[in-house]
Amino acid sequence: MEDSNTTAYSRPHFEASGGEPFPHPHEGRNLGQKERYASIAAGAALLLLGLARRRLTGLLLGATGAALLGRGVSGRCAFYRAMGISSAPSDRPGVPDNLGTKVERSITIRRSPEEIYQFWRDLENLPRFMKHVKSVKMLDNLRSHWVVTVPGGRTMEWDAMIINEHPNELIAWESLPGADLENAGSVRFHPAPGGRGTEVRVTMQYNAMEGLLGVIAAKILRESPGVQIDEDLDRLKQLLETGEIATASKRPVHSVIAAIEAVTETGESK
Amino acid sequence: MKAITWQGRHKVLVDTVADPAIINSRDAIIKVTSTAICGSDLHLYDGFIPTMEKGDVLGHEFMGEVVALGSGVSNLKEGDRVVVPFTIACGKCFFCEATQTSLCDNSNPNALMAERIYGASGSGLFGYSHLYGGYAGGQAEYVRVPFADVGPFKIPNGLEDEQVLFLSDILPTAYMAVENCGIKPGDIVAIWGCGPVGQLAIRCALMLGAERVISIDPVKGRLDLAATDKRVIPVNPEKVDLQSMLKELTGGRGPDSCIDAVGMEAHGTNLAAIYDQAKTAIHLATDRPTALRQAIMACRKGGTVSIPGVYGGYLDKIPMGAAFAKGLTFRMGQTHVHRYMQPLLERIQNGDLDPRFIITHRLSLSDGPAAYETFRTSQSECIKVVLKP
Repeated sequence: MEDSNTTAYSRPHFEASGGEPFPHPHEGRNLGQKERYASIAAGAALLLLGLARRRLTGLLLGATGAALLGRGVSGRCAFYRAMGISSAPSDRPGVPDNLGTKVERSITIRRSPEEIYQFWRDLENLPRFMKHVKSVKMLDNLRSHWVVTVPGGRTMEWDAMIINEHPNELIAWESLPGADLENAGSVRFHPAPGGRGTEVRVTMQYNAMEGLLGVIAAKILRESPGVQIDEDLDRLKQLLETGEIATASKRPVHSVIAAIEAVTETGESK
Repeated sequence: MKAITWQGRHKVLVDTVADPAIINSRDAIIKVTSTAICGSDLHLYDGFIPTMEKGDVLGHEFMGEVVALGSGVSNLKEGDRVVVPFTIACGKCFFCEATQTSLCDNSNPNALMAERIYGASGSGLFGYSHLYGGYAGGQAEYVRVPFADVGPFKIPNGLEDEQVLFLSDILPTAYMAVENCGIKPGDIVAIWGCGPVGQLAIRCALMLGAERVISIDPVKGRLDLAATDKRVIPVNPEKVDLQSMLKELTGGRGPDSCIDAVGMEAHGTNLAAIYDQAKTAIHLATDRPTALRQAIMACRKGGTVSIPGVYGGYLDKIPMGAAFAKGLTFRMGQTHVHRYMQPLLERIQNGDLDPRFIITHRLSLSDGPAAYETFRTSQSECIKVVLKP
């Protein structure tokens, strides 16, 4: 059962989403609501201060104030645009093709496409091998809510939606409007030659939106694109091939509960 | 528990560290009854292997008794006496299925680090730097063994620790190095290095049908031990012109196979060796390949150069032209230990092999730091150190 909301975002092909320009009511706006109000308040204060002084410093203060005021009212910041920073929340699904960071990675796993597809399609399995994904909760068959940890222990959240899928071959998704981190991705499953399992190909595109968190995330993604996906795919392979994730650390990596169960079961078998 | 930990170049300590625990369901905890210092531990001791961290527990040759098991291990039970392969293997991946367990895809948690250096990662190893997974090693009272349903090999009653301990690494390593030579009747095998692996490789080569073995080492005590078998011709490369000596000993053909059981820290006295020392000292090169160069130059046309000695980085002045001109075959890599444990146990049981002859020092774990220094500096007297926790 699909409700009308979900079908509204469905598209026949994931790839097509990047090509068509997405209609946008506030073209070029790159400031968030809070930052706009702060800009207006500070701009107005400086302008008044500048007008009261009526000297050269006053003129400068006034000009700065006017610029801040304009920035706040319009929601556009030339400096942010030059730096590639945006603090406006996403008001569109997915990521326009020309924005953000795009990464492709692949790995071969000794499991059938069916097995890997089924494991991945239950999106709530993803935190088991995606290091920074704290939780994924299915909201319905296509929509899910994601909580992701970013450096410093803070979290970013968004809703995502499966926009295309072919059983045992492809799953494609994109974030829904309002995401802290606009993202879209696909995973493909293709039999490897000679019965060597399945080639799993992941394409991810991210575009940071809201404030400082987004800027940090974007910076990390730009500096080490794909590293996180590489690590996550290694762990997926370990999990599906061996049933566990290799670790030399003192603590379990994938599930505290599983380790506690393991120890308890050992105790019982004594 | 007590364990030998790495503290820096030429510094190891007997330390008190946290007891290991079961983390994953396929883990086991082994109470170590015997452990050894490997020649490759000297590479760590000498600071040649990157990504070691202060406090890392050393040791990858060990055996002992199973004291705890994860829920996923059903082929072992507590009290079993086992030898543990130094290569950690999942038993499920493409490489493990092909019995190439030292190439296991899934056992190195730091695989990406190795990928960046080598293009792909081999298996995780016990006590051998974070590049190989950062697993705590076996020079300790207890060890956590991952994938214990695949690795630990049960030892039947009636065999002493010292007879089977080397199944963990150096005996399979020596054997695979010789197997890689594909020895045919009449073959003469030259082996560089008469350390523990070289000594065992000599015995394996004779066992697998070599006509003669030429053993090459500058250390007298080691050459003497090698030459206790009359089919072994000892050669000190610092006393003779090695290349012409090898020609002479092989009727002008050159050895059919050459085994480099020395690796990255080879010693030499010629100009190239001094050049290597200077380059590694100022970090322009990482390894000193004197033995490998000699092996390539000496090997007969169409012969095999087999390399059990460890290399870690970039080599300089390798006579690739000679290798190409003579159509040499190169075989190398970490040992697929799991593959050789059963057949080599049988060789030990039926008396074909007794690896105990290499043991020169039997000490306690607390003697470890002194043992490392003795192993490094007194090569003539010290060939193999076994430690009892």
